[in-house]
Amino acid sequence: MGMGIDVRNRMARRAAEEIAPGMVVNLGIGIPSLVPNHLPKETRLMFHAENGIVGMGKSPEKGLEDENLCNAGGFPVTVMEGSSYCDSAVAFGMIRRGRVDLTILGSLQVSQKGDLANWIVPGKKVPGMGGAMELAQKAGKVAVLMNHTDKNGVPKIVESCTLPLTAENCVDIIITDLAVFNIHEGSLILSELFAPHTVTEVTAKTACDFSIVEDIRIIEY
Amino acid sequence: MENPFGKIATLEQAMEHFYDGMTLMFGGFGGVGSPPDLIDGILEKEIKNLVLIGNDTGFPEIGIGKIVSRGKARKVIASHIGSNPVAGELMTRGEMEVEFSPQGTLTERIRAGGMGLGAILTDVGVDHEFVAKGKKRMNLNGKDYLIETALTAEVSIVYAKKADPYGNLVFDKSARNTNPLVAMAGNFTIAEAQEIVPLGSLDPEEIVTPGVFVDMVIPSGGVNWQWAWE
Repeated sequence: MGMGIDVRNRMARRAAEEIAPGMVVNLGIGIPSLVPNHLPKETRLMFHAENGIVGMGKSPEKGLEDENLCNAGGFPVTVMEGSSYCDSAVAFGMIRRGRVDLTILGSLQVSQKGDLANWIVPGKKVPGMGGAMELAQKAGKVAVLMNHTDKNGVPKIVESCTLPLTAENCVDIIITDLAVFNIHEGSLILSELFAPHTVTEVTAKTACDFSIVEDIRIIEY
Repeated sequence: MENPFGKIATLEQAMEHFYDGMTLMFGGFGGVGSPPDLIDGILEKEIKNLVLIGNDTGFPEIGIGKIVSRGKARKVIASHIGSNPVAGELMTRGEMEVEFSPQGTLTERIRAGGMGLGAILTDVGVDHEFVAKGKKRMNLNGKDYLIETALTAEVSIVYAKKADPYGNLVFDKSARNTNPLVAMAGNFTIAEAQEIVPLGSLDPEEIVTPGVFVDMVIPSGGVNWQWAWE
């Protein structure tokens, strides 16, 4: 696998390329939580948590956890220089007002025009939407990190989502274990491939049409 | 400690304000920032048929989850119940009604209640079948909004780092979360504080919740549950 890093970290590293200095970024649980490990040390940015933190830092060392300093998933975090706390209403005001530049989240399905379906797992009880709708609808850029197919090999990038939608027309970029797609004005564009995967393989595992950029990038890491 | 406003009380005195069938709003996010002694007091007094309003239903043995997982709520208004599987089972069996609200909309509904407003307008979920269902809409300056009703409660319970005898509150890091909003939205608000400090010892600039919103302050024994990460 490339330079020997595992698939999840490859995807996280690619997602980290979406982050520019000075951004406010909200990370979902799962693979998105690996993204900070792939940022250059000197990058100054603010990680936002919807419970009420701007400027979240790395996880604390074992034994140094503070039960009153947790991310939105309930796990202990630290804060960086310049961080601040706020109440949850203000944290969501930042999202609705467009102050969160980028959200990186997981999904169950994404449609070719950027509909996001990530709030109801099939066969499970309805768990509630939490803060996913605000983030999907209002973040400056929505990046989805997900496996290209589900564990049964069924494509997760589809013509039209069969699962209940979180929000319509909101996804800007999809990063899978095979490839990177951009969604521009409602159309899906394959722009990058993770080596050694091919257009043929991606086409076979994608349940909708897409266009391909002329100078497709091959990601070697 | 001097008690010039009569707000400092014991857990036993606080418990006189809880009764079956009441609407109860609680601070906290995944159990972080929920008041442990008040929650235990509600359980010990075997209060039931509660309508609970708060961000989420915690975990089965963490935060408000302790009340939910013992079947003491007939209805919950929350943004998610995903971390408490017992809540999901109760909902599926029809033993507990759940009203879901997007997280930011929910906090804003609570804030509106606390601010004396009747509702808010938001476009979050305006085109979403589940969220928009049964809600009034408004077109304002060419844009569609949902009318989301404000929320208040008969009693609000919050967890603070410090309280003074007037009920001025300071919170601890991310344990602030929904607490300042919930504190404002209670008809009667009880703050459980890790520390009660003398009047005048909090800098007026640092106070997050003015004591005017707080009716009672009780000392806290601190969190007594084990966190999921422990």
